[in-house]
Amino acid sequence: FKHSYATLQVDISDALSERDKVKFTVHTKSTLPNFKQNEFSVVRQHEEFIWLHDSFVENEDYAGYIIPPAPPRPDFDASREKLQKLGEGEGSMTKEEFTKMKQELEAEYLAIFKKTVAMHEVFLCRVAAHPVLRKDLNFHVFLEYNQDLSVRGKNKKEKLEDFFKNVVKSADGVLVAGVKDVDDFFEHEKTFLLEYHNRVKDASAKSDRMIRSHKNAADDINRIASSLYTLGTQDSTDLCKFFLKVSELFEKTRKIEARVAADEDLKLADLLKYYLRESQAAKDLLYRRSRSLVDYENANKALDKARAKNRDVLQAETSQQLCCHKFEKISESAKQELIDFKTRRVAAFRKNLVELAELELKHAKVT
Amino acid sequence: MADTARDPPPAHTDFQELEDGEDLFLEPAVIQESGPASLPAEDISANSNGPKQDSLFDDDPEDLFAEATEEVSLDSPEREVLLSDGPSPAITPITPPTSVITPRIGLAHDDMFTHSSFDEIEEEEGGDSFDMHISVSDPEKVGDGMNAYMAYKVTTKTSMSLFKTDEFSVKRRFSDFLGLHSKLASKYLHIGYIVPPAPEKSIVGMTKVKVGKEDQSSNEFVEKRRSALERYLMRTVKHPILLKDPDVLQFLESSELPRAVSTQALSSAGLLRMVNKAADAVNKMTIKMNESDAWFEEKQQHFENLDVQLRKLHASVESLVCHRKELSVNTAQFAKSAAMLGNSEDHTALSRALSQLAEVEEKIDQLHQDQANADFYLFSELLGDYVRLITAVKGVFDHRMKTWQKWQDSQLLLQKKREAEAKLQFTNKPDKLQQAKDEIKELEGKVQQGERDFEQISKTIRKEVSRFEKERVKDFKMIIIKYLESLVQTQQQLIKYWDAFLPEAKAIS
Repeated sequence: FKHSYATLQVDISDALSERDKVKFTVHTKSTLPNFKQNEFSVVRQHEEFIWLHDSFVENEDYAGYIIPPAPPRPDFDASREKLQKLGEGEGSMTKEEFTKMKQELEAEYLAIFKKTVAMHEVFLCRVAAHPVLRKDLNFHVFLEYNQDLSVRGKNKKEKLEDFFKNVVKSADGVLVAGVKDVDDFFEHEKTFLLEYHNRVKDASAKSDRMIRSHKNAADDINRIASSLYTLGTQDSTDLCKFFLKVSELFEKTRKIEARVAADEDLKLADLLKYYLRESQAAKDLLYRRSRSLVDYENANKALDKARAKNRDVLQAETSQQLCCHKFEKISESAKQELIDFKTRRVAAFRKNLVELAELELKHAKVT
Repeated sequence: MADTARDPPPAHTDFQELEDGEDLFLEPAVIQESGPASLPAEDISANSNGPKQDSLFDDDPEDLFAEATEEVSLDSPEREVLLSDGPSPAITPITPPTSVITPRIGLAHDDMFTHSSFDEIEEEEGGDSFDMHISVSDPEKVGDGMNAYMAYKVTTKTSMSLFKTDEFSVKRRFSDFLGLHSKLASKYLHIGYIVPPAPEKSIVGMTKVKVGKEDQSSNEFVEKRRSALERYLMRTVKHPILLKDPDVLQFLESSELPRAVSTQALSSAGLLRMVNKAADAVNKMTIKMNESDAWFEEKQQHFENLDVQLRKLHASVESLVCHRKELSVNTAQFAKSAAMLGNSEDHTALSRALSQLAEVEEKIDQLHQDQANADFYLFSELLGDYVRLITAVKGVFDHRMKTWQKWQDSQLLLQKKREAEAKLQFTNKPDKLQQAKDEIKELEGKVQQGERDFEQISKTIRKEVSRFEKERVKDFKMIIIKYLESLVQTQQQLIKYWDAFLPEAKAIS
């Protein structure tokens, strides 16, 4: 299932940040026959990723798969705001402070940038790794078509439609969830995913808060270092050398604390956020399956009724067979998908937790 | 002032002592007793620490510097006149033949002493070095309702001969401390001594305690106050002059203390204080002093800068304390959340690892909490204390200005009277003339006194400032080192925790 004869490697080799958007250079290396070349690149924007994702979701054939969650929109607003505030407050701080804070913010901007690139790349890699999705036509167009896909963002009407669709879906989801599943595996998965999803959400929020506090503390340490530096340069007693040394120390401490916060962010918070999205996608899969089960049961009932009335029997039969088929197909692939999900999840957590621990150790030892 | 320790001059109150200093400066008549009294030469062995004293007579300030325990850099202005107003009969000036003639012991001559010599003297006088430890402990709530108050146990441990016993304790309440401070301030501030400020009142904090809320924040408040009171007392007794003040001694030793009534914030005395403060501020703006002494100008600027910087630093550290506490809370919450996640995870190894993660984070949150406390009690409070101390220092400079103003005023008045007298010479009014002459004589005395006062306060301030700077250097170094040690410790703990977690994480299959 996982081994394929043709290779398909996708990565984001470059990215450019302009005013409001980010332009990703998607680079593909493949031996698949349908591509014109073995290696090529195109430039894509966030909206095009979303278009691709939505096309998967809307495709009935893929109802039985966990659709890799869409990458979040690149959000530089907070960072930009901070840079602006810094510019406004330039007069009120010393030149050193200003340069330092500017470097800080630029580093932050860069970090956010790297993250968004990583998340877009992960999305593409998941699709490329999926035995069925990788063959999707839209995906190939996305990778190869070297002109603008003219995917406009959804306009207001479409966004409203989406909103209503979601409302209906969640209401429906509640109804459907109430139906106890005959299959033990799926029943278990359902309960598990529900609980897991909620808890991941909670953990993700709390880890975000924790990391933010950490960053705030690092900022404070930065200011303390500057003050100590000024004190050191002003003082005429023996304290001046002392202050300067302590100021350096605080600088180092700050850098380390900031890095710790950033690493925690990467390894822990992002991990949790990603699995939040993934578990949602898994939930969606289960929903689709349950939905199809309900459809199947309804079709059964309709068939029975038709047989009883001896009317439209053939129609009812075909319909029932379709539903049955669909349901079975979904169930089969869903099972595999969910098992894969678990394996992936465990591996990802392991990798990240190990890296997190190693990084924390490394930083603590430096001090 | 070593004298009191060894030979209390008869019937002297503390004020007397100071006046002695002034007298010494003016009239060479006073002779302080000491053993090898009449030696005008190098030989001093008034104290048991003989050998060290010899080095005092080195003209070379560098050597003195080498002797001094603190590495205070001697700036040139500070090398200037630092007069000891005769604290130690042990010191005799080397050169001037005049001192050889008159057994003028205890008289200091300006050019002889650098300030580190003075410090050495201070350290060695009295036969014992400063060995005193005060602790404030056992806060106890006395009474109920709005009349309740916290009583603190003040324990003094010392080997100094100043005290009757080695160890003794008394019970004091907050207003007692304030009372002590206000007495000391009224006695010493206007002649140039830097009196350490008492901890601030807090109506909100105290009310909570009075009302009887036994919660985290009121416990923290009491602890904060206890620690502040302890530091206040230690600073006060470290000052060699204040230590010997009878009010201080009474405060430390006597079991019953008259209640200090004028310390309530909302009392008439409190209001009067506020009015005076405002008046002072206005006056300060109108006095334009001709600063003839560059040392003072430089020092004032120095303290202004220090004030600004310390306040900034203090604010940043307070912010750090706040954020670290926040971090601790958030980490605790995350730990709980991770534990829940671990519970719902159905892969056993991962589940266990997540639970371990939760435990690690919980320990870390405690670590953050402890670090925040260290941040606060070591660093932040030190800065707060110094911000207030510097205000006291600035106050002392202001008093000097006022003293100068008084002197100038009487000089002007004298001049006017002289002019008036000159005019009277040409009239034939013998009574008026005599009256004018009398007034002039009186004013001349006043002018001389004013000048003396001014010189005295300038002298005192120089001494005080150098002592203050020395203390400051010591304080900051000690506390910052302690603080850094706490940081290192935190990191070491972190290493332990993550080290323990790593194998768990790796064990996830």
